[in-house]
Amino acid sequence: MPEENINKKWEPKIIAFFCNWCTYTAADLAGVSRLKYAPNVKVIRLMCSGRVDPQFILQSLASGADGVLIGGCHPGDCHYSEGNYKMLRRFRLLQRVLRSMGVEDERVRLEWISASEGEKVKTVINEMVDTIRKLGPLGLPGKISVYDKDLAELKNEIDTEIEVDIKPSGKEMVEHA
Amino acid sequence: MPEKPKIAFYWCASCGGCEESVVDLAEDILMVADAVDIVFWPVAMDFKKTDVETMEDGSILATMLNGAIRTSEQEEMARLIRRKSKILIAYGSCAHMGGIPALANEFERSEILKYAYEDAPSVINSQHTYPEAVYQDKSRKITLPVFRNIVRTLDQVVDVDYYLPGCPPTPKLLKQAVLTLLSGKLPPKGTVLAPDSALCEECPRKESKPADLSFEHFTRPHMILSDPEKCLLAQGLICMGPATRAGCEALCINGNMPCSGCFGPTSRVKDQGAKILSSICSNIEAKTEIAIDRVLDEIPDPVGTFYRYGLAASMLRKKIAEEV
Ligand code: SF4
Ligand code: SF4
Ligand code: FES
Repeated sequence: MPEENINKKWEPKIIAFFCNWCTYTAADLAGVSRLKYAPNVKVIRLMCSGRVDPQFILQSLASGADGVLIGGCHPGDCHYSEGNYKMLRRFRLLQRVLRSMGVEDERVRLEWISASEGEKVKTVINEMVDTIRKLGPLGLPGKISVYDKDLAELKNEIDTEIEVDIKPSGKEMVEHA
Repeated sequence: MPEKPKIAFYWCASCGGCEESVVDLAEDILMVADAVDIVFWPVAMDFKKTDVETMEDGSILATMLNGAIRTSEQEEMARLIRRKSKILIAYGSCAHMGGIPALANEFERSEILKYAYEDAPSVINSQHTYPEAVYQDKSRKITLPVFRNIVRTLDQVVDVDYYLPGCPPTPKLLKQAVLTLLSGKLPPKGTVLAPDSALCEECPRKESKPADLSFEHFTRPHMILSDPEKCLLAQGLICMGPATRAGCEALCINGNMPCSGCFGPTSRVKDQGAKILSSICSNIEAKTEIAIDRVLDEIPDPVGTFYRYGLAASMLRKKIAEEV
C-alpha cells in the first residue's frame, strides 16, 4: 500500500456487472436523465446476474479493481426466474471466502435495481465510490509484485534462459483436447 | 549402446508422498529403471547439488519436481534444475497448485514463525530465539535459506512444461507420463497430463447424481453414515468432483470419501474454488439471506474446503495483510 499512497491521484476503480433487463437499463435511464454519478465504475452488461461467475469477481480484484458491484433484478423479477437467487447465494458464500482472504466486505456489493430505478444506480455508485475511497486501494497486482521482488534476487545468479532451444516445441503434439 | 535418456526427481516443500508414489510404481519401476538413467533423486540415491551443477545444461531429458516453493533454497534448486532439464514437470498438487503447504498463504510469515518458535504448545523458547538467514559468529558466517512470505507453485518460479496432478499422482499416470516422454510424441507445452474432464465423468456414482441437485443442508463425513452407493454431493457432503479434473479414477469416492480436489481444475476453469462455490450455490434451496446463511454455516472453512490444494494457484493467491 505505501507505494500507492505516494500516488496521490489514486481513484477507486470499480467493475460493475449489470443485468441487461434491469440494472443496466436503469443505468441507461440514469444517463438519459442526466443524473450525475461518479465516473469510477466500468460497467459490463450481462444477460442476468445469475451469469456472474464468481471467477469474474475474483479476476476483477486480482487484476487491480478496488471493488466490484453487481446489479440484478429484484427477487421474484429475474427474467430467468432463479438467476438472482443464485447470485445472492454465491455472493453470500464468496463474501465468506473474501473475508478469510483479507478482502473487506464493502469491496463487493450486490444490489437489486429495477429498470425504473435510475436514481438508485446513482446513489449506490456514489456511496460505493465513497466507501472505497475511505478504504483505500486494494492494489492486488502491486502486492504480488512486492513478493515477486524476492524472485528477482536469484535471476542473476542462476540463469534459466538457456541459449539452445531444447524445450519441447509442441510441434510433435498429438491432438489437443 | 546409445545413451539412455536421463531422468531426475526432486522435492521442495512437500510431505514425501510424491516420492512414495514413484516407489508405488512397484514392478513397473524396473521398466523405468531399464529405459532411463536416474541421474538425481535425493530421497533414494546419494547425489549432491554439485553433481547437478556440473551436468551440461539441458542434459536431463525430464525432471519431475514435487513440492511447493517456499524458501530461497527451493527457488535456487528449481532454477538450477530448470536449466539442466529439457522438460520440467510439476509433479503432484504442491508443485502444480501449491497443495497443502499453500494453505499457509492464509497467514503471514511472522505469524507462522511466531507459532512455530514460540506459541506452539510443545515449544519452550524463553529466549525468543528465531532462525536468521545469516548469522555471524566471529569469523564464521552461517547461512540458512530465506523463508519467503508467500508459498508459490513451481510455475510461479520457473517455466514449467507439463503438470502431473494429484496428491500424489497415481502410478498409472506416472507410468503414462514416462511412456509419453520416451515416445517423443510430446503434448503441447503446458498440458496437464490427465483427462480434461470433470471427475464426475469417471465417478462410479455418476448415475445417482441428480440433474437437479438441491441442498437444504450440508454435512461432513464424520457426521453421517453415508450411503456407499449414492453420489456424495447428493447426500449433502461437499464433493469437489464437479470442479476437479478426472484421472484418479475416483480414488476417494471409492473409499466413500468426498473428493477434496487434489487434481485441480480442468483447463476451462481458472479458479477451482470459485467454480465449486458457484456450482454448489446454484443448488442451495434457500432464497433469503438468513436462510442462506444458515445453510452456509454448515461449511465451516470455505477456503480450506474449496482451495485445499489450490490456494497458491488461485486468483487471490494469498491473504491480504501488511507484513507485521
Ligand atoms: S459429485 Fe462426487 S460423488 Fe457425485 S458424481 Fe461427482 S465425483 Fe461422484
Ligand atoms: S477423488 Fe479428488 S481428492 Fe481424491 S484422489 Fe481423486 S482428485 Fe484427488
Ligand atoms: S434477468 Fe436480471 S437478474 Fe436475472
